[in-house]
Amino acid sequence: MAANPMTQFNVYRIGPEIKVGTLDISFTNASLFMVISTITILLIFNFGAKKNSIIPSKLQLLGELSYSFISKMISDTAGTKAKPYFSFIFSLFMFVLFCNMLGMIPYTFTVTSHIIVTFVLAAFIFIGVTIIGFIKHGLGYLKLFVPSGVPMVLLPLIVVIEIISYLSRPISLSVRLFANMMAGHTMMKVFGGFVVSLGIVGGWLPLGFSVALTGLEILVAFLQAYVFAILTCIYLNDALNLHH
Amino acid sequence: MFKKIILKIIAVYLFSISFTYAAESGGMPQLDPEFWFSQIFWLVITFGVLYLILSKIVLPKISDNLETRKSQVLENLEIAEKQRNQSEAKLKEFDNIILKSKIEAKNLFNESRKKLLDDINSKKQKLEEEIDKEVKIVESEINELKNKSPEKINKIAIETSADIINQLIGVNANNSSITAIVSDISSKNKTL
Repeated sequence: MAANPMTQFNVYRIGPEIKVGTLDISFTNASLFMVISTITILLIFNFGAKKNSIIPSKLQLLGELSYSFISKMISDTAGTKAKPYFSFIFSLFMFVLFCNMLGMIPYTFTVTSHIIVTFVLAAFIFIGVTIIGFIKHGLGYLKLFVPSGVPMVLLPLIVVIEIISYLSRPISLSVRLFANMMAGHTMMKVFGGFVVSLGIVGGWLPLGFSVALTGLEILVAFLQAYVFAILTCIYLNDALNLHH
Repeated sequence: MFKKIILKIIAVYLFSISFTYAAESGGMPQLDPEFWFSQIFWLVITFGVLYLILSKIVLPKISDNLETRKSQVLENLEIAEKQRNQSEAKLKEFDNIILKSKIEAKNLFNESRKKLLDDINSKKQKLEEEIDKEVKIVESEINELKNKSPEKINKIAIETSADIINQLIGVNANNSSITAIVSDISSKNKTL
C-alpha cells in the first residue's frame, strides 16, 4: 500500500493545453495553488485594510501586525534605504508563506516544493540585487568581493571564494526552500504510508510521529518563508550599503 | 539538541529512501521539465498581480491606517496630558480656595465666639448687678418689715387683748395697762 511519496509533487494539466509557439503554458495544479495563494493573501489583507478603526478588528490586526513585522525586519537588516523595496519583500514573504502553508493542507499541492519556482524567485532576487548594486555604486560594487583587512597574499584566493559564494546565492536560496518543503512533505507521506501498512497494531507510533511532524512542518513552513525574506533583505543590504 | 540530531538523521535517511523510490518510478517530478515553463509563466503572473495590488492598493492603505492611528494616539495623549495639567491646576486652585475658606471660617467662628462670650459676660454682669440691687432692696424692705413688725404685733396684740377682755368681762380695759403688759411679754419673748 506504500504509495510513492513523490507522486504528491506531480504536476498535471487542469483544463485544455495552452501553447504559445512551442512553449506550454497550460493551467496546472501548480498554477491553481499559486492563484489560490494570491487570492487568499489579497482577500485577507484587503479586508484587513478596508475599515480603519482605532481599535482594529482581527483581520485588520493581522494585516497591521504583518506590516509592522516585515517593516521591522527590513529596517533591522537592510536599514532605512531599503524602504522602497518594502512592497516587494512583503509580497515575497506572503507568497512563500501562503504557498508553504496551503501545502500543509492534505491533498493540496505545495508550489514551493518545486525547484523551478523557487529558483525563478531566487534568480529574480539575485539579478535585481546585482542591478541595484551596480546602479547605486557603479563599478565600486565589485569591492564587495574584496573584503577589507585581508593580507595581499590571501587576496586572490579570497576574491575567488567571494565570487563563488556570491554566484551561489540564488542556488542556495532556492534549494534551501525547495529541499525543505520537499523533504518535509515526503517524510510526512512516508510516515502516513507506515501508518497504513502497519495497521491498527503497529501504526500508532508512526501516527504519533506524523502528528509531531505536522507541527514541525508548519514551523518549517513559516521559518523558510522568513528565511527567504530575511536573506533577500541581507542581499539587498549588501547592494545598498556596501560594507566591505 | 540530541532530538534535533536524531530528527536530522531520520530526515536524511528518509530523504535518501524517497530519492531511491522516486528514481525507481521515473525520478522526481520536480526535475521533469515538461511543465517548467508553465510554472514560470503562472508564477510571474500571480506574483506580479500580487505585487501590483499589494504595493498600489493594499499596503498604502495599511500604512495610512497605521499612520492615522499613530497620529491620533499621539494627539489623544497630548490632549490627555494637557487636560491632566489643567485638572491639576484646578485641583490646586480648589485646594487653595478650600484652605482659605477654612481659615476664614475659623476666624469667623472665633470672632463670633468671642463676641458671644463678651455679650454673655456683659449681660451676666448686668443681670447680676440688677439681681444684687433687687436683692438689696428686698433685703432692706425685709429688714424694715422686721424692724417694724414687733410694734405692729404689739398693737395687734393690744387691740385683740382689749377685744377679748371686753367680750370676756365686758369691761373696757385700760389701754395703757395692756400696752405695758404686752410690751413686757414681747420684751420677755425677745430675750427668750
